[in-house]
Amino acid sequence: MSGNKVEADVNASNSKGVSLPMARVKLIMKSSPEVSSINQEALLLTTKATELFVQYLAVSAFLNGSGKAENTLSYSDLANTAEETETFQFLTDILPRKILVRDYLKFLEENPVDEADN
Amino acid sequence: MAERPEDLNLPNAVITRIIKEALPDGVNVSKEARRAISQAASVFVLYATSCANNFAMKAKRKTLNATDVMSAMEEMEFERFLQPLRESLEAYKKGQKGKKEASEQKRKDAKEKKNDTGENDKSRDDEEEEEERMEEDQEVENEVEEEEVEN
Repeated sequence: MSGNKVEADVNASNSKGVSLPMARVKLIMKSSPEVSSINQEALLLTTKATELFVQYLAVSAFLNGSGKAENTLSYSDLANTAEETETFQFLTDILPRKILVRDYLKFLEENPVDEADN
Repeated sequence: MAERPEDLNLPNAVITRIIKEALPDGVNVSKEARRAISQAASVFVLYATSCANNFAMKAKRKTLNATDVMSAMEEMEFERFLQPLRESLEAYKKGQKGKKEASEQKRKDAKEKKNDTGENDKSRDDEEEEEERMEEDQEVENEVEEEEVEN
């Protein structure tokens, strides 16, 4: 079904050396209100950097993770890497560690939340 | 283009392929992990853009350029990306140069042809621009299609 599509995709990427769609990356960049315009080279570099980032994050999480034995990369590997690696700290908001409600309630008991904070 | 929230996601098929290519063969990536990496990539774009924009503002420029993005990578401590990025920029510039030469040649050919037929030069330029625009639109359409298949 998607065989032809993937091939076309690869061809398209070869012309610019990137596989992510630059138009989409541009849209994300432009969603930032303070950005007025972006030249083509900056867009290319951001697109390429995003690809490198995806590779780097995946590999770091896999190597740090516990799933190496089972040959899997799981969400918790990513969340742990985000928290433990300095360069990935900016991801902790969108990659929170998951904890059980049971553990959370215990945590709340031990660390009562100040009403004023809420 | 209508801005829907999903427009700010990167195409899953491409993200999945990049992950697969980066990891050793046969590694299983959970669906949750793939979605998380994709979201992380969008946040990375925003973070890089914001850093690059600070450099552009400091230099009193309104347009983000290659130097701003490179400085942003350094500031974000992704120095490891600098070398591959430089290479990619070089390759891109070479490609652009080749493209420009090709289109100049095309224009020259067109001009010669025009002299034969007496056609208006300006209208030809307009036509070429129109073609380029159509190609861009085509690209966007393909993306949308791809995503629909994925979902």
